[in-house]
Amino acid sequence: MIYREAGQFKTSYAADQGIFPIRLDRMGMVALLLIAYLAIPAVANHYWLVSILVPFLVFSMAAIGLNILTGYAGQLSLGTGGFMACGAFAAYKLATAFPDLHIIIVLLLSGTITAAVGVLFGLPSLRIKGFYLAVATLAAQFFLIWMFNKFGWFNNYSPSGVISAPPMHLFGDIYITGPQSSPLVKYLFLLTFVAIMALAAKNLTRCKIGRSWMAIRDMDIAAEIIGIRPLWAKLSAFAVSSFYIGIAGATWAFIYTGSVEALAFDINRSFQVLFMIIIGGLGSILGSFLGAGFIVLLPIFLNNAPGLVGWHIPVDMLAHLEFMIFGALIIFFLIVEPHGLARLWTVAKEKLRLWPFPH
Amino acid sequence: MAEADAMNAAGAVEPRDVPSGETVLRLSDIELGFGGVKAINKVSFEVRKGEILAIIGPNGAGKSSMLNVINGFYKPQLGSITFKGETMRAMQPHHAAKNGIARTFQNIALFKGMSTLDNLMTGRMLKMKRNAFWQALYWGPAQREELVHREAVERIIDFLEIQAIRRTPVGRLPYGLQKRVELGRALAMEPDILLLDEPMAGMNVEEKEDMCRFVLEVNQEFGTTIVLIEHDMGVVMDISDRVVVLDHGVKIADGTPDQVRADQRVIDAYLGVSH
Ligand SMILES: Nc1ncnc2c1ncn2[C@@H]1O[C@H](COP(=O)(O)OP(=O)(O)OP(=O)(O)O)[C@@H](O)[C@H]1O
Ligand SMILES: [Mg+2]
Repeated sequence: MIYREAGQFKTSYAADQGIFPIRLDRMGMVALLLIAYLAIPAVANHYWLVSILVPFLVFSMAAIGLNILTGYAGQLSLGTGGFMACGAFAAYKLATAFPDLHIIIVLLLSGTITAAVGVLFGLPSLRIKGFYLAVATLAAQFFLIWMFNKFGWFNNYSPSGVISAPPMHLFGDIYITGPQSSPLVKYLFLLTFVAIMALAAKNLTRCKIGRSWMAIRDMDIAAEIIGIRPLWAKLSAFAVSSFYIGIAGATWAFIYTGSVEALAFDINRSFQVLFMIIIGGLGSILGSFLGAGFIVLLPIFLNNAPGLVGWHIPVDMLAHLEFMIFGALIIFFLIVEPHGLARLWTVAKEKLRLWPFPH
Repeated sequence: MAEADAMNAAGAVEPRDVPSGETVLRLSDIELGFGGVKAINKVSFEVRKGEILAIIGPNGAGKSSMLNVINGFYKPQLGSITFKGETMRAMQPHHAAKNGIARTFQNIALFKGMSTLDNLMTGRMLKMKRNAFWQALYWGPAQREELVHREAVERIIDFLEIQAIRRTPVGRLPYGLQKRVELGRALAMEPDILLLDEPMAGMNVEEKEDMCRFVLEVNQEFGTTIVLIEHDMGVVMDISDRVVVLDHGVKIADGTPDQVRADQRVIDAYLGVSH
């Protein structure tokens, strides 16, 4: 079967407005879901689930959040780590103060708290742009991490500063956090949760609010004369973005690592997520996943691939190699293809759509 | 005139409904300066409902600044604006948009990363009411709302004959088409007053003719009042009902194209010199 849109006449604007207007894309999506829900659980081992798939999903959530702010609304932020920490500590305080709260409620509430914090730190964006805003978010990053380290209240006065997720039920006897939880349950829960959140993000970005973000990003003067309030557009982007990032931080602490200290969310984490959306594609939900997958997988690939072909590269050399490849890729994408892997993917599809008759 | 005032004073049912030919917007003694430069110096004129009003004048005369005053970008230091019966010191961009003032810019101000369709849909921003919660759910009320506005936008796309570039990011379009999309975005707001800043600048003859046709049709079919800045005298004399002439921030003439053409000060200051 050939990838075509010819012959598929859209009979309504509703069909044309769909997320996947082309039939083969829809089938691809179904296939992907089948693989994610059936094939992977059947074949993936403990290592794959714990060290690759779960962090991939957590990072995807964070990348979607940052992409909303930076990719869609054009507000550069280096505070992702701080906001993730905010979500993690909010979840910890909620789960320890109200042990009966369900994990989903805890996650959503910690996202909401982070959204409020995000709006607060987003206020400078009304006055400053670009580089200066990035510096302001950097200040937020350092302030938040400092605050979580400084005040024992946030970690219930644990001497090490480490917070550990209390065991929580998903439903019935099935644990999602704590020692009795299984990696497969974690994976399936996160898969479902992230998929729903990604769908909601996609919906937002193709509706009125998403267009107001992009309008502010592309031409704030024109946005204003159309009736978009810059205040509202920017702060709503900060709120929604921080909501996602906060939940990513909470799932990191509770579901991925189980216990965490504030330093896990330092400035390096901010850059890591930023690199994901640059490589994956600014202003693309799909790109958030591609970027997260790429950055989670690259180190693993670099560790294993040379061994498979009989090369033996020293460990410290590998670490350098990783940095060099990241650096080169980021420069490549920033200069050549700011829309990242997601754009390369669309271009490939466009080529295929016209093949074998280019024009 | 007295009649209209009486209507407003009596709090007529629809104070916003200005009858055709009456003044819908009046600028009184507008003064605007930037540091030492007086961009606009005590300029007064009115815009009548349903007309095409051209603002002309040499470069730097203050034409674009005037449009910026009308839609609230620039706040004049002195003077007042009366719009639909309400007098104020300055417009607010949001207030102007809400009350039916749309515009295009001299240096195209489109949302470059968005498609033609999305640019036009953004023009309908103020008409869309569903909140973020419904938008996140999409299927249901938000989708219904999107589709209603999509249909309205498609009518504009058909009108402007830009079907083929519906999905193209506007940053990739040639200049002439970008101007057309920008007009489309303004039309999507279904404005009462449309401010066009040099809509035909930099176009070839054919594109200019198309643009003239669109402007005239919008004016005639939807009764949209149009305020237009244009350098091409042929175009101005052809399509406008009245002309306001600015020179160095001062209004030097105001009248029908024929009156303006015959005005000695206009001939001296403008027509004689630069064209
Ligand atoms: N934002 C601003 N800051 C400083 N000066 C400005 C600003 N906007 C306009 N001016 C000045 O005001 C004067 C009028 O400018 P304006 O753009 O209104 O002229 P114009 O009639 O539209 O000219 P053109 O035909 O070249 O578009 C010019 O001297 C210009 O330099
Ligand atoms: Mg101008």
